[in-house]
Amino acid sequence: MDFNTKYTPQTWPEHPEQVTLEGKNKFLGFWLFLGGETVLFASLFATYLALKNKGPSGMEYSTQTLFELPLVFVMTMLLLTSSLTSVYAMYHMKNHNFKGMQTWMAITVLLGLGFLCLEIYEFNHYVHIGFTYGQSAFSSAFFTLVGTHGIHVVIGLVWIILLILRNAKRGFSLYNAPKYYTASLYWHFIDVVWVFIFTVVYLMGVVG
Amino acid sequence: MSSIAKKKGFGASVWDYLTTVDHKKIAILYLAAGGLFFVIGGIEAMLIRIQLAKPDNDFVSAGLFNEIITMHGTTMIFLAAMPILFGFMNAVMPLQIGARDVAFPFLNALGFWLFLFGGIFLNLSWFMGGAPDAGWTSYASLSLASPGHGIDFYALGLQISGAGTYIGGINFLVTIINMRAPGMTYMRMPLMTWTTFVASALILFAFPPLTIGLFFLILDRMFGANFFDHTMGGNTIIWEHLFWIFGHPEVYILILPAFGIFSEIFALFSRKRLFGYSSMVFATVLIGFLGFMVWAHHMFTVGLGPTANAIFAVATMAIAVPTGMKIFNWLLTIWGGSIKVTVPMLYALGFIPSFVAGGVTGVMQAAAPLDYQLHDSYFIVAHFHYVIVGGVVLAILAALHLYWPLMFNQMLSEKLGKWTFWFFFIGFHMTFFIQHFLGLMGMPRRVFTFRADQGWDLFNLISSIGAVFMAIGVIILVINIIITVAKNVPVGNDPWEDGRTLEWAIPQPVPFYNFKQTPLVRGLDTFWIEKQEGNKEGMTYAEPISDIHMPNNSFIPFVMTVGLFVAAFGALYNGEKTWAVPVLVLGLAITLLSMAVRSLKDDHGYHIHKEDLMNEKGGK
Repeated sequence: MDFNTKYTPQTWPEHPEQVTLEGKNKFLGFWLFLGGETVLFASLFATYLALKNKGPSGMEYSTQTLFELPLVFVMTMLLLTSSLTSVYAMYHMKNHNFKGMQTWMAITVLLGLGFLCLEIYEFNHYVHIGFTYGQSAFSSAFFTLVGTHGIHVVIGLVWIILLILRNAKRGFSLYNAPKYYTASLYWHFIDVVWVFIFTVVYLMGVVG
Repeated sequence: MSSIAKKKGFGASVWDYLTTVDHKKIAILYLAAGGLFFVIGGIEAMLIRIQLAKPDNDFVSAGLFNEIITMHGTTMIFLAAMPILFGFMNAVMPLQIGARDVAFPFLNALGFWLFLFGGIFLNLSWFMGGAPDAGWTSYASLSLASPGHGIDFYALGLQISGAGTYIGGINFLVTIINMRAPGMTYMRMPLMTWTTFVASALILFAFPPLTIGLFFLILDRMFGANFFDHTMGGNTIIWEHLFWIFGHPEVYILILPAFGIFSEIFALFSRKRLFGYSSMVFATVLIGFLGFMVWAHHMFTVGLGPTANAIFAVATMAIAVPTGMKIFNWLLTIWGGSIKVTVPMLYALGFIPSFVAGGVTGVMQAAAPLDYQLHDSYFIVAHFHYVIVGGVVLAILAALHLYWPLMFNQMLSEKLGKWTFWFFFIGFHMTFFIQHFLGLMGMPRRVFTFRADQGWDLFNLISSIGAVFMAIGVIILVINIIITVAKNVPVGNDPWEDGRTLEWAIPQPVPFYNFKQTPLVRGLDTFWIEKQEGNKEGMTYAEPISDIHMPNNSFIPFVMTVGLFVAAFGALYNGEKTWAVPVLVLGLAITLLSMAVRSLKDDHGYHIHKEDLMNEKGGK
């Protein structure tokens, strides 16, 4: 299968990300990578739960006093919506609508950036009130878990931005279709992890 | 002529290996680098045994002894055993399934360089203020208290080389799932491929907990976090859990490929189909699965409570069942076979009793109450050396002889090989068998010396003499390799004459594109089937000769790794030197930029044309 072949919406295959062997390998390899990432985050979650609210004696910070749900709710909405927009992008890729895909990918990036800004604001706020990285085992575990997710968001954003810019003038090919596809998979994964962070860290933190 | 046979200048060859993405060359790199670390780890072992040869010895100081045992364990597991096995997987597995290469040749190269630079970084600690000294397990309270930078070298070095292993694992998985030749169903895959597959799956799920554990250690020691410091609310047991959730599957990551190698050897040199093939596959998968269920048996004495201990004890004992299946299958493969006792077969025959001994002591330790007695004694040292040396190292030595012709188109001397075997085998049992009794007599592990009135003198001396025997064996092996390489006698096709699986069907020396035409696999032991039917062409092929698509060489993996190597120095000196943070940023920038270059630059590879392939055939 030649990478340089130009396709029309009529000849464009149904699963463009899995037509070439390279595409198939990337697709499977990326799923496996996400499997490993799941274990990575599972380790972080387990550690967080073990160290939740643990600190030097007399520590005044706890999940109840720290977290405020309205901000986190907005962040959650932004990220969930961005996952939806990346699905739209993949829908347009299937239909060979390059412009549509680029647009929806760009909207995904904007929503992701919004999420990131709020997260930076949140972290900055905590540090400001004295809940610093080294303040306690709880703070280390919190910042490491949520921060690792944040770094994933940054990497995902840079990745998608580079894809959008690099392919802006090139249109679809069987070479870049798997790249877009895996980037959107990655973005979904980030979203799923956030759902767990929202539940385990914030909701369970405020409720109990 | 193929480019392999072309004579190249020295510089061009070095450049070729720095940029190669060919699985066969990467295999050689893994073998060479792993071999080097094996020698370093072996020297460390000799130093340990010299120190313990007599009571009240002051050959090395207590502090240096701690560094030596830590580096011996870490080097042997992460930098010798695993990379050498990776070398054989790389060399053999793609040929065994009839693939052109691995699924991600670029990542294959990246994985190797990450391992190598991680290993170099770890070993630089010797010259930069002292090696890690908290044991290869590096338990957190001890490692947090360790002064100097030794533990930092450990955490950062293993992080880098671990990333390489992780990448390699994904790569093998995708290769085996997606790139098998037509007809190569899962239940026709040779055992070496099956064990590579399961070991890779273990890597995929076992390495992330280690990554996290090491990150915690790095963050605690270098960036002011408090995961393990109990005065700040931390919990040191978290490290133990994370380490052993990785650490136990790790021993199966090592032993499963060893099982694969021996399964190939038993079938090949008994000239019989492997007995109970499907139960072998089942046992391999089951061991891989159970391998994740047993990590807390390393922590019986921590105080997790009787319920947890009982569950983990039973799960541990359960692993003996699939392992026992394998032992009986091997015995029944030999039974009634037409046996050729070559050097690889000798290792395989020696492996069975050695490994069974290690397995039996393993089941003993699985009984939690008994483990309270055995814990941290020389009995444990004896046990894990019986499974690791008696299993993994014997497999590595066997595979070295078995696959040497496939990798280098030469045959190692059988005569010298037998000398190596007997020295190593006798030395191994002499060193470690007696350590069981030292343990039962109460000698704790990781002590740098003992007193003359404790009654441990003679057994320790015997153990040290055994180590000398092993060293002689390895020296003979090195001489054997030098002589073989110097003589350079080509072996020709099917060097062991009784090759059963696909890798032996390929012409020697192996062309850089592997099989000219993808073979059609018609059953288990497919090459044997073709030979039995008198196929003159070697194999039945699934396709006519046509253009072959090949990946381009790339220098980017090397640069990417150098970036992380530089960044590691920045992290190491964080908070201590003013240049630390800039160096950290610089290193990460190098890595991230080279990733961006890799992503943005199109790399479609190239084609070898049909006409050139046809000509090559004529020229032969």
